[in-house]
Amino acid sequence: MGYLFQRNWRSIVLFVPFFWLLLFFLAPFFIVLKISLAESVIASPPFTPMIEWVDEGIMHIRVVVDNFAYLWEDDLYAKVYLNSIKISSISTILCLLLGYPMAYAIVRSSHTTKHILLMLVILPFWTSFLLRVYAWMGLLADQGTINNLLIAIGIIDEPLRMLYTPFAVYIGIVYTYVPFMILPLYANMEKLDWTLLEAAADLGAKPMTTFFTVTLPMTLPGIVAGSLLVFIPATGEFVIPDLLGGGNVLMIGRILYNEFNANIDWPVASAVAIALLLLLVLPMMLYQHIQAKQTEAE
Amino acid sequence: MNNGKQSRFLFTMTCFGLAFLYVPMILLIFYSFNKSRIVPVWGGFSTKWYGVLFESKAVGEAIVLSLKVATVNATFAMILGTLAGLALVRFGRFKGRTLFTGMISAPLVMPEVITGLSLLLLFITLNEFIGWPSSRGFTTITIAHITFSMAYVAVIIQSRLTGMAQDLEEAAQDLGAKPFRVLVDITLPLLAPGMLAGWLLAFTLSLDDLIIASFVSGPGAVTLPMLIYSRIRLGLRPDINALATIIILVVAIGVLVAAWIMFRQQKQRELELKMSEET
Repeated sequence: MGYLFQRNWRSIVLFVPFFWLLLFFLAPFFIVLKISLAESVIASPPFTPMIEWVDEGIMHIRVVVDNFAYLWEDDLYAKVYLNSIKISSISTILCLLLGYPMAYAIVRSSHTTKHILLMLVILPFWTSFLLRVYAWMGLLADQGTINNLLIAIGIIDEPLRMLYTPFAVYIGIVYTYVPFMILPLYANMEKLDWTLLEAAADLGAKPMTTFFTVTLPMTLPGIVAGSLLVFIPATGEFVIPDLLGGGNVLMIGRILYNEFNANIDWPVASAVAIALLLLLVLPMMLYQHIQAKQTEAE
Repeated sequence: MNNGKQSRFLFTMTCFGLAFLYVPMILLIFYSFNKSRIVPVWGGFSTKWYGVLFESKAVGEAIVLSLKVATVNATFAMILGTLAGLALVRFGRFKGRTLFTGMISAPLVMPEVITGLSLLLLFITLNEFIGWPSSRGFTTITIAHITFSMAYVAVIIQSRLTGMAQDLEEAAQDLGAKPFRVLVDITLPLLAPGMLAGWLLAFTLSLDDLIIASFVSGPGAVTLPMLIYSRIRLGLRPDINALATIIILVVAIGVLVAAWIMFRQQKQRELELKMSEET
């Protein structure tokens, strides 16, 4: 036994996590794919089996693409799909506009300040995501802090409707995901050769020219990595549109959740999941590619 | 834009960004001491909502379940993630490496609704064929959490292993230690700080998860985020502000203590280095 273990420990080290992921990560996808190709029925489980044994030894494979046809034909799903892409794209740009100067400022600050600022950016990540979204409910509500403040100052008479609007969803996404933009940008800027900027200035380039011809191209890998880290999870977001968007903001993650829990239509929910995955598979592969290249470079 | 203007712009943006991150949380804490039932309307100082919170049996049960799930999850995720990281960095090419790399990094970017739905469907299918898991709750939530947490641990371990000098391991090998001995006596102790960081990250990720737990949980098993979500869906609640205050303070103190310990260790190392240079 001891000898066997000595010889085979490498296989054991590999086998345990490999088997875990095969069973709990890969297999579930094939089940989702399978159910997305079934028909919804009122039974338990609420979908038709893919393989039926009709007579002795005659196998009947039933595959229906109705669920995907349904998603394609129903205007609601197309709208939700496009709306999710729109909301997460705009949020990504807003995160970049806020995160880029912050990452830049952190990199250029002195040693101690840099550590304090980095910690301040990371700290919210360790606290509950749900409670941070809840904090905005208190700020944006009709009777919330912002409205109370504006009315007290006398800028407005009637409360502004902010909670349960797309505006609140943008705020929520930017608030939760801006650290995911700052950190890759910081990691990228930290390794840059800043003397190039001085060289550009010495050669007479205006600060704006330097920024667009030197800084921006050099930090592009950080911009792409940060944008993907915001765009991918934001597209599938459920909590933020549900708590801050109310009934007015439909996003794909929310439709999936409702289709499954409220309508109990498993085949359609599975088809929505596959559709969401198809939308995100390119950005996800791009991100993995960048990460792999970075690891190689190190 | 001259240099002064540029640094003023950067300073303003950083202050704005940090205010954006912290003001909502500070207000959340502030209003937890509000006497009034209507959260954002100040009605005088009171700690009564903390009393309401501590009397609630459901809150206590949810906290216990969440801590149990988080602890078991962090431990398993640390072990599996460390094994996966070791395999990826030190085993070179092996059969199925591409598939393994894909599977270990995909959970990092996978939307939670998809992970949650697919795991629930797996548990239902398994139950149909082998009769396990017969009910959903602690076990299924923990398995689901381990599956995504181990990916984060693997990333930490991978980056530590690639940055670690291999000379100690090579020296042990040259002195005749078998590969397994090298792993246990040299590599794992060197990896310990990374494993601890991975454990803490897995613990936090588990405590924070709402969506995956909601999918794979069954009747009767309610984690803390599930409880919070079911209450705040219908609007603002002062007892949730009190709960949020406690959570934020515990986390903030934990992170500050950890940062202080790391800072001191670094100072100590720098001091030792200086002293060794002087002698």
